This record gives sequence, C-alpha cells and structure tokens, in this order.
Amino acid sequence: MTTENNKKGLSRRSLLKGTAATAGAAIGSGAITGFPTIWAQNIKNVTLRQFGTGVSNLNDVAVKVKEDLGFTLEMTALDSDSVTQRAATQPKSFDIADIEYWICKKVWPTGNLQAMDVSKIKNYDKIAGTFTSGKLTPTSEIAQGTAPHTVGFTDSVNGKEFAKEQTGWMTLIPTIYNADTLGIRPDLINRPIDTWAELLNPEFKGKASILDISSIGIMDMAMVVEAMGDYKYGDKGNMTKEEIDMTFKIFTEAKQAGQFRAFWKSFDESVNLMASGEVVIQSMWSPAITAVRSKGIPCVYQPLKEGYRSWGGGLGLSANLSGIELEAAYEYINWYLSGWVGGYLMRQGYYSAVPETSKNFMSEDEWGFWYEGKPAQGDIVNPQGVVMEKAGAVRDGGSFIDRMGAVACWNSVMDENQYMVRKWNEFIAA
Amino acid sequence: MYKFLAQRNNLIGWMLASPLFIVLVLFLILPIIMIVIVSFWGATEFSIYPAFQWDNYEFLFSSSVTYSVFLKTFMYAFITWVITLILGFTIAYYLAFHIKSLTWQIALFLLCTIPFWTSNIIRMISWIPFLGRNGIANETLIGLGLISEPVEWLLFSDFAVILAFVHLYTLFMVVPIFNTMMRIDHSLLEAARDAGANGFQTLVNVIIPLCKPGIMIGSIFVVTLVMGDFITVRFMSGSQSANVGRLISNDVGLLQYPSASATAVVLLLTVLITIGIMLRFVNIRKEL
Repeated sequence: MTTENNKKGLSRRSLLKGTAATAGAAIGSGAITGFPTIWAQNIKNVTLRQFGTGVSNLNDVAVKVKEDLGFTLEMTALDSDSVTQRAATQPKSFDIADIEYWICKKVWPTGNLQAMDVSKIKNYDKIAGTFTSGKLTPTSEIAQGTAPHTVGFTDSVNGKEFAKEQTGWMTLIPTIYNADTLGIRPDLINRPIDTWAELLNPEFKGKASILDISSIGIMDMAMVVEAMGDYKYGDKGNMTKEEIDMTFKIFTEAKQAGQFRAFWKSFDESVNLMASGEVVIQSMWSPAITAVRSKGIPCVYQPLKEGYRSWGGGLGLSANLSGIELEAAYEYINWYLSGWVGGYLMRQGYYSAVPETSKNFMSEDEWGFWYEGKPAQGDIVNPQGVVMEKAGAVRDGGSFIDRMGAVACWNSVMDENQYMVRKWNEFIAA
Repeated sequence: MYKFLAQRNNLIGWMLASPLFIVLVLFLILPIIMIVIVSFWGATEFSIYPAFQWDNYEFLFSSSVTYSVFLKTFMYAFITWVITLILGFTIAYYLAFHIKSLTWQIALFLLCTIPFWTSNIIRMISWIPFLGRNGIANETLIGLGLISEPVEWLLFSDFAVILAFVHLYTLFMVVPIFNTMMRIDHSLLEAARDAGANGFQTLVNVIIPLCKPGIMIGSIFVVTLVMGDFITVRFMSGSQSANVGRLISNDVGLLQYPSASATAVVLLLTVLITIGIMLRFVNIRKEL
C-alpha cells in the first residue's frame, strides 16, 4: 500500500520536506498521538494496486475510478499462470487480486486473501445466481468443474475452507464471466461446425490450435473427447488419473499426427494465429474474436451442441489490507458492481455479475444485442468506438440465458491437479 | 625488504580481486546453492515446504519425457553449433584475410552487429510473419512458381527454432574467431606458402589450429546459450516442442519450484559436463 498526494503533483522531495516540517511542528506542539492523525489521510490519497489477467485490467477503469472515486488504481496485467504465482507467492505486492475462480481455489488456502463481508456490498442481492446459489435460474442444472459458487464463500474473514452455502463472507466478489467455445474462420472452413469434436477432425490437420494453460486446456480437451462420443466422464471438472491418461493419449496422438499448428498462451497469440490464417479452428476467448473481426476478417464464436466451457472472475482483497485502504477497496468494489464497468465489459462480449445495474449504462440497442440476443438496430460499437457489428447482426449463441444456460463445465482445478499438470507438460513435450 | 614487497603485492592482489569475488559469491554462488537446496524440497499446489527428499529427482529420472526433452535440447545445441561454426568461421575468415584495409574490416564487422541493436525477442518474432503460411517467404515461392501449396514446415517447427537460434547466436561465434584470426602473424602464412602448402593445407594445418581457442570460446557461448534458452523454442515452435528450459519455465509457472530447481540442477550439471568435455580438446588458457 502506498499513499501519495497525487492531486497537487508534489515531488517526493517536497513531500518529504513537508512531512519533516509537519513532524517537527507536531513534536514542538507536543501533539504526538500517532502518525495517522498527523498524516490526516484522506481517501483521495489512497493508491490501490490491482493485478490480474488482461481481460479486465483495463486502463479505462483506472481512469474512471480516479474520476468517480478520487483514488488511484494501479493496474498490472499478467497471464493466468503468472497471476496465480503472484497471488500465491507475493502477497505484499498487491491490494486487489483480479483472478478467476479456479485460481481462487488454488491460492485461497495460502491465506493471502481476506474474505469480504457481503453486508457491505450494496448490490449483493442482485448478483447473478450463478455466483451465489450456483443456479442461473431456479431450474438450471449446475455445470461440472470448479463452479464459482463452490469456491465463492468461506466461514469468516480469515476462513481457510470453502463453505457449501452462502455464508455472508465471499472469497471473491464476482465481476466478469463468459461462456467460451471454439472460434472458427467461416471463410476458410465453408461448412457448418456444430460440435467440439471438429477440433480433432483430420480435415483441419495443421490448422487447429488449443490453449497452453493447463486448467483451461484440459476442459476444452474433455469437451472434445466427450463430443467424439467414445467416452463420458463422471465429472469433467474432477477427472480420475485414468481419465486424465486417456484424454492425453487422444490428444498426444493427434498432436503427433500434426493436427495442431501451434499452442497459444496469451490472448494476442490467439488473435494472430486466427487473423493470419495459420489456424482456422481453435480454443478462443470472446474479445479475441472481436479483435480478429475488427481487422475485417470473418471470425465466429461458434455455439456448439455440447454447450460451453465457462469461466468467471472476481476481485479478491489482499489479507494485508486494513483501515482506510480496506474502506477504499470496498468502495471500489461497490462502484465496480454499480454498472459502469459492467456496461463496459458487456460491450466487449463479457457478462457483468450484476446485469441489471449495467443496463443503465448501455443503450437499449446495445442491451438488446449483447444481453437479450436481439438483432442490432444500428451499428454496435465497442468501448473504443470501433464498429463491431452492423444493423441486423445477432450475437453468436444468442441471449444471456441461452449462452450461460448452456454451460457444460467450468474451468477447473482437480483433486489430481498435480498429476494432470505433469501430464500436460508431457503433452507439450511429446 | 623483498619479502615485504611480495607480501604487499599479494595483499593488493587479493584486494583487487575481492569486488569480483564478492559479486560472484552473492549473485552466482549463493543463488546456485539455494537452487540446489530447494531442489530437495516438497511442493503443494500453492506453496513449497522445506524437506530433504529425492522425489523431484526420482520423478525427473523416471519420466521418459525428461530423456526425450534432454535429447531434443542436445539436438538443438548440436545442429545450431555446427551451422553457427561454419557460418562464423567463414565470415571471420573473410573479414580477417580477404579484407585488406583495417577500416573496412571494422566497418564490415560493425555491420555484423547491427541486428544486435534490437532485442533478441523482437528479432525472433519478426520471423513469424515472414515464415507463416501466408507469409512473405511462401508468397514469394508461390509467386516464383517454385511451389504450388504453401510450405507448412517453415514456421512452428524445429526448422524455425534452429533458424532463429542461428540468427540469434552466429555473432557469438564470429567475434572470438575473428579475434584469434586477427592475431595470427601473417608471416606464418607466407612461411606456409614458401614451404609449398596450398591454400587448403594452410587452412587446415596453420589457421585452424591457431584459431582453436576462438572456436572453443565461440562454441561454449553458443552451446550454453542454446541449452539454456526457452523463449525461442516456445515462440518458434508454436509451443509445440520443448527443451529443458521450457520444462523449467512450465514448472515455475505452475508454482512447482522444487521440481523446477531439480531440473535446473540437472541441466547445470549437463552443461558443465559438456563444457568440460569440450575443454579437453583445447586448453584455452595455454593458447590464449
């Protein structure tokens, strides 16, 4: 935690001088009652350091925070593995962790994060059911894998175990989520694609790709294996050693037969692979699709009959946060859920954890296109103002309920994770 | 008096060496000791704990992947070494013996270093659009009518990895060889000619033996750089092949520090043994 007087733009030197003078005066007047009272901190001097994956670490959010709340938010974007590593090993290097739920499952037991009191979260009761009860609608089925609600609650502020029920203490406050599927280049495939099994179709030999992040990649693999119809997992999100072996066997054979052009690890790599035509079918993330499309290259986030692989992210508080910084962090989280960020994220193709507040920050047409799956009335632009869709276009996969209701599994950390990771390493080296 | 001076010189010698000694102890020896210690520790999903166990080594040596990855690492190192040696020697030979003016020698030598003005990641990544399926190389070849379908193995293959290695590391071979060649007394070459040796015989019997230290220093650079690399392999193979460096980087990424340390220790020993063997052929100290 750092505190700086950003408003007046004081240099470190003059700040130190001022501090010395104040301290001197304080000693002189005999008013030594503790640093904070002299320092007279005000929330505007607070700097919160947030780190996370590229998806939601957006500079525009930091600018808007400064505008709306007055304090400074410093953002660092890293890839998923580095995020996990940092959350687990460098607890003093951040105040707010913007992480995915599967990462939370890994790092929560380290005690580097503190739980959040939901009574301080104004929009708590408006958070989508997926994150609280696990059910999107009262009749929904809970998908396999590390579903957010299973690692979303704990017993107390310092709780180490995950709670099965809603307890009033949340590990992460959900902010962002989406339903992922395969991205395709329709202009280079020229026929309908409707199943995950197509990823291993020899027709696309040397033109397929999968992502090299084990916790996510293994789920894509499981979707493919199940779609091929040879095997049905007991629980894709928690495979047995035999199931892991079997899954990798299928993919190693495909790899050695030259099915894959490359594996990608960062968002930009996936965009480049697709845009350059090196790959025509691959694991992909929603904004990567729009990035390809905004270059004028056709790219579809293809809904598949087996359903989606979903993921969710949220904000966690460092265990080191206290006092005014902790208050600022709560204020930030309440602001986050109040709609502006939600609207921003929805315009990129993600979903906001509190959809109804986001609605106020979107036009009716935008809401209709992104959330309700209705045809666009006019041009749909992204947050930077680039036209993404023309009038008449319909979102791939349709409405929020259609997409999030068809989630087959969540990104996962399994009981046999260490075994799986070693197998993943072997797969890459094979 | 003489004894006192000798003692004093001795002391000054120690003092002069101590800054380097301290730096090496702090930043080389201690970290390596730490790596060796951690290689015996245990790890959970998210933390490491002190222990003394051989598990990490046991897993490393019992996995067939380790052997294939080490083999691949040696293969990259060997092929890159052969190509950079041939290129490096030829370039150095041309600069040292065919360019007569010192000014031109310096100018052309500087020309060789131009690629090093940018970061090696950028130099490497710039190959990707060039070699891609719809890249410049393929489009040129198709345009010339030499091929009808794009050549796939240009990018994301072992070919691409070695090409990048050669591009990145040839200069490390050129510099030391050029350096030793410049110090060859030209009267030796004349003597060889006077004694009736032809050009090839001069090369084999005079120049190459005199260049041995340079060749060896260059080889050590190239072999250690290639064996320790991971990012070139990751980018140029499209993450599809692995060398030891990638194994370590994957482990670090997944918080498996002890297992990464064990692999690092084995890699370090392998590289040291390789260099030890190479040094058997040339006594660098004697010939420098």
